[in-house]
Amino acid sequence: MSIWELANPVRFMRLSGRVLPYVSVLTIVFLSVGLVWGFFFTPDDFRQGASVKIIYVHVPLAFLAINIYFMMFVTSLIWLIRRHHVSALAAKAAAPIGAFFTLAALISGALWGSTTWGTYWQWDPTLTSFLIMFIFYIGYIALWGSVDEPDKAADLTSILCLIGSVFAILSRYAVNFWSQGIHQGASLSLDKEENISNVFWLPLVTVMTGVFFLFLTLLLIRTRTEIRNRRITALQAREVL
Amino acid sequence: MRALLIRELRLALRSGGGAGLGLAFFLIVVILVPFGVGPDSKILAKIAPGTLWIGALLACLLSLDRLFQADSEDGTLDILALSPLPLELLVAVKAFAHWLTTGLPLVIAAPVLAITLSLPGEVYFWLIASLAAGTPALSFIGAAGAAITVGVRRGGLLLSLLVLPLYIPTLIFGAKTATLAAEGGDPMPGLMLVLGLSLFTLALTPFAAAAALRSHLG
Amino acid sequence: MIPELGRYAFSVLGAWGSSIGLVLIITVISIYRAKVSKAALTALEKQHKGK
Repeated sequence: MSIWELANPVRFMRLSGRVLPYVSVLTIVFLSVGLVWGFFFTPDDFRQGASVKIIYVHVPLAFLAINIYFMMFVTSLIWLIRRHHVSALAAKAAAPIGAFFTLAALISGALWGSTTWGTYWQWDPTLTSFLIMFIFYIGYIALWGSVDEPDKAADLTSILCLIGSVFAILSRYAVNFWSQGIHQGASLSLDKEENISNVFWLPLVTVMTGVFFLFLTLLLIRTRTEIRNRRITALQAREVL
Repeated sequence: MRALLIRELRLALRSGGGAGLGLAFFLIVVILVPFGVGPDSKILAKIAPGTLWIGALLACLLSLDRLFQADSEDGTLDILALSPLPLELLVAVKAFAHWLTTGLPLVIAAPVLAITLSLPGEVYFWLIASLAAGTPALSFIGAAGAAITVGVRRGGLLLSLLVLPLYIPTLIFGAKTATLAAEGGDPMPGLMLVLGLSLFTLALTPFAAAAALRSHLG
Repeated sequence: MIPELGRYAFSVLGAWGSSIGLVLIITVISIYRAKVSKAALTALEKQHKGK
């Protein structure tokens, strides 16, 4: 089966309806195991003490927040090139999830910062980039909300998403130029030397898998809602005629 | 093409065209800052580059929503789209005209206003250079934003929400150039980055804006 | 079995609470909107078949 078959809304509805229960169960299993493990059964860091436990919510949400934006970039590109409606609707459905995840990453990060850096907010490149990303999400959602014609809205938001992606990368370099960071580097790099130890790593990966499945579940639910709403509008339009 | 440029300039410079309005807005924003932070000339000198840059940015934004809106309302845009001129070029010309009527006056007015903020003498050159290099980027990024929001509900408000985050890199590089000069550092890399950003947006945003306009025209 | 959070209690519980809270909000919103649109669509389709 080719992935393009999902571009057919009817086929997408059928397949996503079949997959949805499994994905939801996986979400619940991974999240409950990972969160309980992370909260109750992990040791404290020798420098950061118990505050290291914030990593189990902060890092997965932040990681997903970036990748949701990337996913929206890809689906927007697919809409602009191949005009598959499901692709545009998936981008629309993903944006609020991304905004919520970004906000949660910002809040949990601020609380973490308050203990390890002694301040809730610092104009640090990583933090600033996340704040900019949050504003992008808000603008993107607002644009969807103010255009009535569905195809035009999909076009305009896709163009905005592409411009936004380019400028998100530019902003990232610009804020590096502008301020020295205090945010630690990647704790998840593939380089073994840099990695954090297994005691923290395993529960963290479990939560990350859980959050990924949560995103998938929400994305499927929301995309299905968008497709249904499209169908409602189409039926109502037929009625008027 | 030249005819279009002349038309744009004439429309903007006509009374009520908005070119003078942006300048006046810039003036009032910069004048408001000392009222907000107090008349201490040391603090004012420190924040002068940032203030002038933010003022320029807001003044630029103010006149952006008319960039395509007026032409879209009276149907000129449809006629222009039918002309042999590619839409990308049309956008570039309009953005360039916007810069000539909004950005350039700001660059000229900035040194005068800098006096009121007691900016140190040796920084003047770098401040003007960074504004001259960076304001085209503001017009070109703004053109893409204006093209996306033309004819959209609450378009003006949405335009600010969409465009201001895109201005962040330009603002950072531009203000940093002047700040570096004030602190005795080497401002050249900053200026090069601003210039690079302007050229980059010049090459990129007309395509995005034209794509958005095509979607509007249907 | 409750971990000793000590002086970090506020930030750890706050971060966990706000993150889980926000995630729950978006989940509830998504499910609620799905229910509403599903009900509306079923009603509309029934009406169409009735004609």
